[in-house]
Amino acid sequence: MTKLVTIDAKGVHYTPLNQQIRKAIEDGADEIVVDNVLGQRFIGNGLRGNAVIRVNGVAGGDLAMFMSGPTVVVHGNAEHAPGNTMDSGKVVIHGSAGDAVAHSMRGGKVFVRGDIGYRGGIHMKQYEAHRPILVVGGSAQAFLGEYMAGGLLLVLALDGAMKAREIGSGIHGGEIVIRGNVDEACLAAGAKKLPLTDEDRARIAPVIREFADDFGLDPEPLVNADYTRIVPASARPFAGKYTWE
Amino acid sequence: MSSNIGSMPLRYRVTIDRERCMECGRCIENCSYGVFRWDGDRILINSRNCTACHRCLAYCPRDAIMLEEHPCDYRSHPVWSRQVRESIYNQARTGKIILAGMGSVADLPIIFDHLMLDACQVTTPPTDPLREPVELRTYLGKKPSRLDFARKPNGDIEVSTELAPNLMLETPIMLGHMSYGAISLNAHLAMARAAKETGTYMGTGEGGLHPGLYPYQDRMIVQVASGRFGVNVDYLERGAAIELKLGQGAKPGIGGHLPGEKVSADVSRTRMIPEGSDAISPAPHHDVYGIEDLPQLVNSVKEATGWKKPVFAKIAAVNNNAENVAAIARSGVDAVAIDGFRGGTGAAPRVFRDHVGIPIEVAIATADRELRKQGLRNEVSLIACGSIRESADVVKAIALGADAVYIGTAALVAMGCRVCGNCYQGVCSWGIATQRPNLVARLDPDVASKQVANLIHAWTLEITELMGAAGINSIESLRGNRDRLRGYMLDEGLLEILDVKSVGA
Repeated sequence: MTKLVTIDAKGVHYTPLNQQIRKAIEDGADEIVVDNVLGQRFIGNGLRGNAVIRVNGVAGGDLAMFMSGPTVVVHGNAEHAPGNTMDSGKVVIHGSAGDAVAHSMRGGKVFVRGDIGYRGGIHMKQYEAHRPILVVGGSAQAFLGEYMAGGLLLVLALDGAMKAREIGSGIHGGEIVIRGNVDEACLAAGAKKLPLTDEDRARIAPVIREFADDFGLDPEPLVNADYTRIVPASARPFAGKYTWE
Repeated sequence: MSSNIGSMPLRYRVTIDRERCMECGRCIENCSYGVFRWDGDRILINSRNCTACHRCLAYCPRDAIMLEEHPCDYRSHPVWSRQVRESIYNQARTGKIILAGMGSVADLPIIFDHLMLDACQVTTPPTDPLREPVELRTYLGKKPSRLDFARKPNGDIEVSTELAPNLMLETPIMLGHMSYGAISLNAHLAMARAAKETGTYMGTGEGGLHPGLYPYQDRMIVQVASGRFGVNVDYLERGAAIELKLGQGAKPGIGGHLPGEKVSADVSRTRMIPEGSDAISPAPHHDVYGIEDLPQLVNSVKEATGWKKPVFAKIAAVNNNAENVAAIARSGVDAVAIDGFRGGTGAAPRVFRDHVGIPIEVAIATADRELRKQGLRNEVSLIACGSIRESADVVKAIALGADAVYIGTAALVAMGCRVCGNCYQGVCSWGIATQRPNLVARLDPDVASKQVANLIHAWTLEITELMGAAGINSIESLRGNRDRLRGYMLDEGLLEILDVKSVGA
C-alpha cells in the first residue's frame, strides 16, 4: 500500500520544510504532497530512494539539486536551476522554470512543460549508464546547451518559435534536438547542425512519448515532426588553443 | 608548421662524465622525456628533451650526470629577456596561448622575505616549548559572536549557544587542493595518509574522490568546482568539509581544462565523465552569476548534507579581495581560502600565471582587516595559500591574519618533485603529475606519505619554536598579531596596507 504524507509549506522556511520531507522519506513514505509552496528552495535536495514528491505551488531555486532517485512533480513554476547537478531521478514541472535548468546534470530527467530561461542544460554531462535528459515543452532562452558534455536536450517549441540564440556554445558532447528548423545564425561557435536521421528519431521517440504522457499531450504528431539536431563540431573545442611553454 | 626561426638554443644541457659512467642504463630507464637512449653499448643524450626534472641525476649510481641551464647565452638585454624573446618565437610559430606548469616565474619581490619575525629578550622572556606547552590546535569554521550559558539542575554550567561545525586541526598546515587527474592516485594516497598521521586535512581538488581514498575520507575536504566533476550527494557526504572552488591564484578569472589524454579509465570513473574526453571547468559556476547567487549554492550544499559540515570557498587573490572576502563571509560560508598569485597549478596560461592577481601576504592582511572592520571576522576562518614555502611563511601568514594555510607545491616537493614545471606534459618522471601506470608506480605511497608527514611535523616543530621564542603559547595569540612582524625594506604604502611597522619601529 502506498504511504502518503501531506505537508503544509505555508510560511515554513526551507530548512524545516526539507527536514520534514527528509523525515517522511526516512519513515517510509512513497508519496509526499507538499502544499502551499511559495518559493522554498532546495526541495528534494540530495534525496535518495524512489519516493514521489508532489509540489503544489512555486518551487524555489535548486529544486532536486544533487538528487539521486526520487521523482519531483511541480504543479506550478520552478525558479533557478531545477535539476542542478542531479544524479538520477525525475523532475516534472507543469509550469515554466528559470535560468540554468539542469545545470551540470549527470543523469535522470527534467521535463518542463512551459518555457525555460537562459543557459538551459548548461554543462550537462554523461557517464556510463548515466545519460541526462532535459525536455522543454515551450521555448528556451540564449546559451541553450552551453558547454554541454553529454546527454539529450530536447525542445518541442509547442507554444511558438524557439527564442534561443548562441545555442551550444562550447558544446563538446551530447545532442540538442529542437522541433522545427533552427537558423544557422542561432548556433554558437563549436556547434553544428545535422539532419535528424531515422535512427535519431527512434532514439528520441520514447522520450517524447514519456513527456507527452506526463503532460497529457498527443505524442504522435510530435514524434513525427521535423527536428533540427545540433551536435559538437569537435569533441575537443579547446585542444588547438594552447602551445607549451 | 614551418618557420624561418630555426631551433631555439638549448634550455638545458645534459652531460655524462664518461669516466664515471658504468653504462648501467638507469638514466635511460628513469627519464620519461626521452633524453637518453642506447646506441649499441653507448648512451646517447638528446638534451633538447630535458626538463631538468633531475630524475636521472637522482638515480645515477655514480653521480656521472651533470645538467646546466641555459648553456647558450643570448645577447644580454634588460628589456628583451630570454623569456620574452622565446615566447615571441613560440607564438610567432604557433599563434597560440602559451601554457605553463607550476607557479609564477615572474621575478617579483616576495613580501614574506621582507617581513621579519619578533623574539623576546630581557624585557619579556621567551618561553621554552620543551617545558611549556605551545598550543597549535586550530579550529576552522564559524565562531559564535557571543556565548549564552545555562545552569543545569545539578548546578553545572553549560553553553546553550548552538555551535556551527568546525574542523579541528592539530597543526595549522593543511594539504591544498590538487585534483586526481592533475596528480596521480599514489600522490593523493600519500597526502591522505600524511594528513591522517599529522591530524590535519587534505583537499581533493576538483577531480572527485577515488574509492582508494575512502578510508581517509574523514581527513578529506571535498571540492565542488564549476565543472562539478565527481560531485554527487555521496561525495559531499564523505568529506569532512566541502570547498566551493570559485577561483585559483595561478589563473584568476579563468577555468581549467584537463586534456582528454589525462582522462584515463580510473580518472574517468572518479570524475564521472567519459574516458578520453576533455574535462572543462568553466570560468564561473554557471549557477553563481553574482554574489547574491553564492548563498544559494552554499545553502544548497549545506541542505544536502544536513548542515553537519563546514563549507569553504576558495578564491584567487585579486584587487578587490577584501570586498570579495567580506561578501563571501555574508554568504553562509564557514572558511575562505585565498590563493595568492604565486599559487601552483598543473597548467595555466603563462600570461595569467605571471601577470594576474596580488600577493597572498597582502590578500590575507586586507581580508582580515576588512572582516574585523565589518564585524565579520568570527563568521569565517581564513586560509592562506599560494606559495607557502616554509614554516616561517606559515607563521607570517598567521600573524597577518590567517587561521591556517594550505600547502601544495611544498607537499609535492616533499614527494620528490623538482619544480621543473612540466606537469602539463603528463609524463612526470617522479610519478606525481602523471597517470601513466609505469610512472605512477615509481611513487610508493607509504614512503611518500612519510616524507609529507615528516615535512608537516618538521614545520610544526619550527612553528612551536618560533612562537616560544616570541613568548606566544597559543596560536590564537599569534593570529593577526602584526605587532610580532616588522617590514624590512618595504615601502610606506605597503606597510600601511599590511598594517605592519617598519623594522626599528
